[in-house]
Order: sequence, then structure tokens, then C-alpha cells
Amino acid sequence: MNKEKRLLPRLLLTPAVLSLLLWMIVPLFMTIYFSFIRYNLLQPERSGQFSGWFNYEFFITDPSFPAALGNTLLLLGGVVFLSIAGGVLLALLTERYFVGRSIVRLLLIAPFFVMPTVNALLWKHMMMNPIYGVLAQVFIFFGFTPVDWFTDLPLLSIVIIIAWQWLPFATLILITSLQSLDKEQLEAAEIDGASYLQKVWFIYLKHLARPISVIIMIEIIFLISVFAEIFTTTGGGPGDASLNIAFLIYKQALLNFDIGVASSGALFAIILANIVAVFLIRLIGKNLD
Amino acid sequence: MLNFIRTILAWSIAILLSFPIFWVALTAFKTELQSIAIPPLVFFEPTLENFTEIDERSDYKLFAYNSLITSVASTIVGLIIAIPAAYSMAYFRTKWTRGILMWMLSTKMMPAVGALLPIYILFQNVSLLDTKLGLTVVFTLSNLPIMVWILYSHFKEIPYEILEAVKIDGANLWQEFTIVLLPLSIGGISSTGLLCLILSWNEAFWSLNLTAANSGTLASLVASYSSPEGLFWAKLSAVSLIAIAPIILFGWFTQKQLVQGLTLGAVK
Repeated sequence: MNKEKRLLPRLLLTPAVLSLLLWMIVPLFMTIYFSFIRYNLLQPERSGQFSGWFNYEFFITDPSFPAALGNTLLLLGGVVFLSIAGGVLLALLTERYFVGRSIVRLLLIAPFFVMPTVNALLWKHMMMNPIYGVLAQVFIFFGFTPVDWFTDLPLLSIVIIIAWQWLPFATLILITSLQSLDKEQLEAAEIDGASYLQKVWFIYLKHLARPISVIIMIEIIFLISVFAEIFTTTGGGPGDASLNIAFLIYKQALLNFDIGVASSGALFAIILANIVAVFLIRLIGKNLD
Repeated sequence: MLNFIRTILAWSIAILLSFPIFWVALTAFKTELQSIAIPPLVFFEPTLENFTEIDERSDYKLFAYNSLITSVASTIVGLIIAIPAAYSMAYFRTKWTRGILMWMLSTKMMPAVGALLPIYILFQNVSLLDTKLGLTVVFTLSNLPIMVWILYSHFKEIPYEILEAVKIDGANLWQEFTIVLLPLSIGGISSTGLLCLILSWNEAFWSLNLTAANSGTLASLVASYSSPEGLFWAKLSAVSLIAIAPIILFGWFTQKQLVQGLTLGAVK
């Protein structure tokens, strides 16, 4: 290849690489810098001094931190479990033809397209309101006492509303993935007299293993820093009951105005996300060549 | 018999899961009193008063306009940057290509909250806070890795020999793109654009934190209805319906491409 021929492809690639480099490097270095200085908007005269590991210590020894870390993991685990288990069941249920299957599929995936703020508000008010909410009315109809969801079960409520959004995501991907399942394999299993459960275990789940791992990874990436759903419903409360790491950082920065501490928290979140990312990149990297 | 049970079961679950969306659509046409009636009303005389009222009170047209401008602009700019990059990597593979693709994806892994403060401060210094331009820049950059990835996997399926054939006939790069590549990859390009539109339209984190009255999007307008005092469910539903209806329709039409996009090509 001559020189001119090599130049053009590089020129075409430059805008994308350069803009992403700026997008990544500049905030990262600013965050690292802020995390090692005192930077509180309420105390401008003391800001700017080097403070060593103080911000990190402050963020990690904050009594809200263990609660937030635990909630982040519970939220992740809860939503991932509900969406995968439900998604597999729904994909298997709609695999064979029945009347109106295509409409059922559209209904099943619809919640995924609802924007997070609408999702949170519609559940907070119209579904989970302890007096007028639909769930309260259903509870009363069946003779139970209505639950005050966001006060008594804040974390579970948030898991429910987020799972409502991500179950359709898992379902959408698993349904699509089942369409590429080798039908001959199923027929062969039938001839050999395999039961339905055996087919599910040895054929369907084996086929779905890869999409399932992709779903887990992608959900982790999106859910490790869930923000809008908490912002619009509980604001992390009551107390720290539904606080996650992302919201704790937000609180430090924009409610306590302590940018130094928030930055050390942000670096913590970045490291957490990157540990996960390594696995995802390995997984889909195989698909590149 | 088994098929009958399957049909009933699938339909009931589908209706249960999508019920909240129907409920929003229904409540949007109720009066405020009807919206909190006990027991909840299913049959009522529909009214359009919520739509006229939110129009008068909250200027939702401005927010809808902001949503539209920022998501369309970020999609177009994103495509302009991503198409050449994907083209370059798909047809001129170097030893760096794989690494660059991986690195691009890794920028997507950075949690937004980690970048919030620096971006906020930078935007404040260059007066990009609460502007459509600023929001467009953020949307473009956060969608760019996904766009490059999807386009790359589409371009790779078009054999280079076809492109080379027109090159030998003396076509320049622009002609090569418009005459050959564009018609062959129009499906891939449009699905990339659609995914980007959906992601930008629904984006909440940056819209909530970087905008206020001037450039707020529908996502932030809806969030402003979260205050506990004054529960206007019918109006909230009307605003929400406007915000989600176009995207649900969009999503339904582009399911297949969305799967490829969302899983970065790992599931087809």
C-alpha cells in the first residue's frame, strides 16, 4: 500500500477517535485531579489545597457508603435475576405459533421503550400510590391491606419498576435469539423421545447461554449507575434505604456541593464499572473477526 | 389443549405487563377527578382538556421541540462522524483496528455520573449549560461508540470487491459512498440512526443535570411532575403519553435492528 492510500483511512477515522478521546480523557483527568484536592463550593476559601487520600477516606467511611454499595448490588442482582428468569420463560412461551403471537410479542417488549422518568412516575403515582393506585385497589378488592410501597419497601419498589423496563429487553433479545435455533436439532431430540424439560435444558438453554450472558453484562452496565428512577421516586430515601452509589455521588456533588468527595466516589464507580466491562469486552470481542 | 393454555397464558401475561402503558393512555383522556376515582374508572367520556391545559401551562411544545432537535441533531452528527470511521475500519484493517473498536466501547462503560462534574464545570465555563448545542454534543458522544460498532458490523458484510470495482471505473470516495455503499447498507445506516434517536429521546441523566428551562427535554419535563404536592395524574399522563408514544411505535418497527444494536452485534 502506498502512503496516500494509508492516509485517507486514517483521516476518516480521526474525528471519531479524537472526539471520543476528549470525551474520555478530559473528564477522567479532571475527576482524578478533583479527587485529590479540597473542593467544596460552600467553602471556596479552603478549596484547591492538596488533600491526599482524604476525599477517598471520607467517601468510603461515610455511613451511607456501605448501604449504597449493598443497595447497588441488590438492585443489580434483583433486576438481572427477574429479567433473565422471566425472559427465558416468556421466550419459550411464545416460541411456537398461537393466535395473535406477533401482537403478544409487541405488548411484551413495549415497556422497554418507555423513558425512565415516565416509567418511574407512572409506577410511583398511578400504580403504587397507597390510596388511589391501581395496586392498592387490587389489594383491597382481594381483601388485603394496601402496601405503602415507596415508604415501606423502597428498594423492592425500585427493583420492580426497573425490572418492568428490563424484562422486556431480555425477552426481546431471547425471542430474537430463539428464531435462529436449529430446528433439526429439536426434531432429532423429539425422535429420541426427549421430554420437554430435557429439551429446555439440553437444547434451548444451551442455545441461549450466550445471549443470556450478553444480557447480564449489558444490564450490569446500565444498572450499575441507575439514576433517573431513583431521582424521580424516592431520592434515595427514606434514610438510605434506596440509595445507590450513583445517587450517593450525585448527592455529594449537587446537594452537599463537595466536588472533591464526589470525584473520589466517581472514580470508585468507574473502577467498579470497568471490572464488569473487562468481562463484557472479552465476551463480545470473540465476535469481532 | 396445550396450545389453548399457551395462548391464554401468553395473552394474559402480555396484557398484564403492558397494562401500565394502557393505563397511562387511558388516564390521559380523563378529568383530574376521574383519574383518582375509587374504584378506578375504565369507562368514561374521554376529554382532551389535559392536552390543551398542559399546552397552556407548561409550554410542553418547547420541551417536545427540544427533544426532537437534540435527538435528531445528535443522530445526524453521530452518523456523519461514525460512517467514515466504520468505513475506514471495515475496509482498511490495521493491527490497531481491533484495539480501537474495543477502546471505543470501553468509553461507553464509564458511568455517566463519573463524568458529570467535569462536564458540568466545562460546560459552565464555555456557556454550554442548558443549551441544545451542549446536550446534542453529549448525546452524540455517548452514542458514538455504539453507532461505530453497528455500522462496522454492517459494512463488513459488504465485500470490498464491489467497492473496488467502481474505484477502477474512476469513482472518487464520495461517489463510491453514494453509488455503492449507501444503497447497500441503507438498512444498517437507518437502523443505527433509529437506535440513536431512541436512546437520545429517552435519555434522562444528562437531560436532568445539564438542562433547565431553556433546553429541557420531555424526559426532564416529565420529571418535573414528580413533586408530591399537587398530584395531577391526568396531566402527568397526557405529558407522558406524548413523550412515549412516538418511541414505542418506533421501537416496534425496528425490533430486529435494535437487538443487533443493543447487543453490539453479539446476537443476531
